Amino acid sequence: MTQQIDHGVLRFLTCGSVDDGKSTLIGRLLYDSKAILADALQAIERTSARRGHSQVDLSLLTDGLQAEREQGITIDVAYRYFATGTRKYILADAPGHEQYTRNMVTAASTADLAILLIDARKGLLRQTRRHLALAHILGIRHLVVAVNKMDLVAYDQARFEAIRSEVEAFAASLGVAHLTFIPISALEGDLIVDRGERLDWYEGPTLLEFLEAVELEDPRQGRPFRFPVQGVLRPHQDFRGYTGRIASGRIEAGEEVVVLPSGRRTRVKALWLGTLPLSEAFAGQSVTVELEDDLDISRGDLIAGPSQAPVPTQRLEAELFWLSETPWNPARKYLFRHTSRETRAHLQGTAQRLDLDTLTRHAAPSLALNDIATLAVQLQHPVVVEAYATDRATGAFILVDEATQATVAAGLVR
Amino acid sequence: MPPTLHAEPKPRTKDQGPRTRLTHLDWLEAEAIHILREVAGQAANPALLFSGGKDSLVLLRLAEKAFRPGRFPFPLLHIDTGHNYPEVIAFRDQRAAELGERLLVRGLEDSIARGSIQLRRADESRNRHQSVTLLEAIAEFQFDALIGGARRDEEKARAKERIFSFRDAFGQWDPKAQRPELWDLYNARIAPGEHIRAFPISNWTELDVWQYIEREGLELPAIYFAHEREVVVKPGGLLMPVTELTPAKPGERVERRFVRFRTVGDIPCTAPVASTARTVAEILVETATTDLTERGATRLDDQTSEASMEQRKREGYF
Repeated sequence: MTQQIDHGVLRFLTCGSVDDGKSTLIGRLLYDSKAILADALQAIERTSARRGHSQVDLSLLTDGLQAEREQGITIDVAYRYFATGTRKYILADAPGHEQYTRNMVTAASTADLAILLIDARKGLLRQTRRHLALAHILGIRHLVVAVNKMDLVAYDQARFEAIRSEVEAFAASLGVAHLTFIPISALEGDLIVDRGERLDWYEGPTLLEFLEAVELEDPRQGRPFRFPVQGVLRPHQDFRGYTGRIASGRIEAGEEVVVLPSGRRTRVKALWLGTLPLSEAFAGQSVTVELEDDLDISRGDLIAGPSQAPVPTQRLEAELFWLSETPWNPARKYLFRHTSRETRAHLQGTAQRLDLDTLTRHAAPSLALNDIATLAVQLQHPVVVEAYATDRATGAFILVDEATQATVAAGLVR
Repeated sequence: MPPTLHAEPKPRTKDQGPRTRLTHLDWLEAEAIHILREVAGQAANPALLFSGGKDSLVLLRLAEKAFRPGRFPFPLLHIDTGHNYPEVIAFRDQRAAELGERLLVRGLEDSIARGSIQLRRADESRNRHQSVTLLEAIAEFQFDALIGGARRDEEKARAKERIFSFRDAFGQWDPKAQRPELWDLYNARIAPGEHIRAFPISNWTELDVWQYIEREGLELPAIYFAHEREVVVKPGGLLMPVTELTPAKPGERVERRFVRFRTVGDIPCTAPVASTARTVAEILVETATTDLTERGATRLDDQTSEASMEQRKREGYF
């Protein structure tokens, strides 16, 4: 084995409409990247034969639950794993039909990249417009349009280019700056992992080559330091450490920080990963921070860089995704969870519901499952938030119904 | 041979500037530490399931990184089927003692004595019955969250399970009523009697686990490494260890083979694989080149039907 650079983890999701070959694409990625082992393959070979398919149905690899196998549909987001020489991939496979907004928002919330599947015979459909709009709202940085079933349009370049123009025009209306287009046949395996010979007119990378090469320049790294406190370690008189995962920016021992919402300033005394001292730490790392002064800091506080520190607020505007079968009740208060902080929220004002098809907004008296709307949020205690477009970690929250303890909504701070 | 990632990246040179990208193991570790701390921050009375197996040993190392120099904010809990390899049990006790953490053990024998578990045969697999003893221990100690070492790559039902997975008052998992789980905002809230199962290494694969064991220099029970053992080769090639619990049946030929265990569980349902790997590095090579999944190669209980793991999870299994 040769020593190689480790490009870390790429999280991505696949979105598609029913029957556009998403399961086959995923099966193909896993199969051609050799993430499927012999016994798993034998199991789907047996099932394919039992169901009377002439060739192995790769979509069976992603069949999960009993009810899904019985109904031949997927219900929930499934996570798949594979690795190439340089990178580990976490694939969130979100079903495209009913409840799709809830599933897609869940899958998209942690994704760096989205693959939007389009059936080459059908072009840009309503569902794909919605997926693209959602991916954009949720701030997925890399968008790949995979034009699938090229085998069924005789690998026609003109067809591919026509779809590209159509999607680019729609994306421009959303404000999406950059899209990557790749023609593929998931069924035949063209341009997924191997190039194949039938799409010679396409000179760009295969889908997997693109995934391997995509530069994950992390915008969080260039931002000011943000450290939501998860807990306090106080094993003895001489040690008081604050635990958390750095949301943005970087920090070194000796640097000045401000503790929010109190606004007290101090300096970093030391940084730890367990019992290992660190000279510096950066976004994505889970560390323990010791400060010079003994301040009253607890779970839910934010330790931040002293410049451009956000101002604590009790009122914010948010884009809400309603995720519960139980509609929003304007009379109710909900539990508001943001980073490691919890408080109560009252949703106020008139919901402006987004129509994903027309991208227009209309006043709505309530919110039901899969609705997306802007609302004002009034909070019981101050929170330290930033716009989601600025920072995914400090700009995202969930709402919990305290009667059922279920997560009922996800929110993006505007 | 599938491509593999390496545990350690190349040493950084000066012109690469400050290091701001996590290797895949660093990323998985940071995520798992965050999850462990969320359990500690949100649950009032959690416990960590610790069997002495490799995945739970990884959890302990992650807990050290999450909470040292403090104590773990939870005890360790083992549900002992009474059919574990003695060297694994000895290793379990030794590791808990080294860490100075509290280890609680509850045995299937107690549930059998109470009558809450009724075996059909004295020698049947006790794997499935663990759920009963586990739920009894949860009730006894009033645990509201249990941290486990399950991974999504192990099995199809697990691929769809949340990192914070809700269990009702009967300990059941309902795959159709899972809570949406977005970003890293986990929801551990429950009503009395319900609990949460939290899986910090959900996103790890078997290969990631072995790479982490190598990088961290973790010690493991000896049966994870190749050793000579009496086995019966079953039709289909599965190796059954010959033990007091699983004696050779009349007509079966006992052979001595070099084997190791890929998973460690209840003796009658866990088979070893042929192996010559005596070190973690050699296991990594075998793991990267195997063509059998971890459970497919070794777990008899998962093969009875396509849905057997899902079924057990619905009943309260890990």
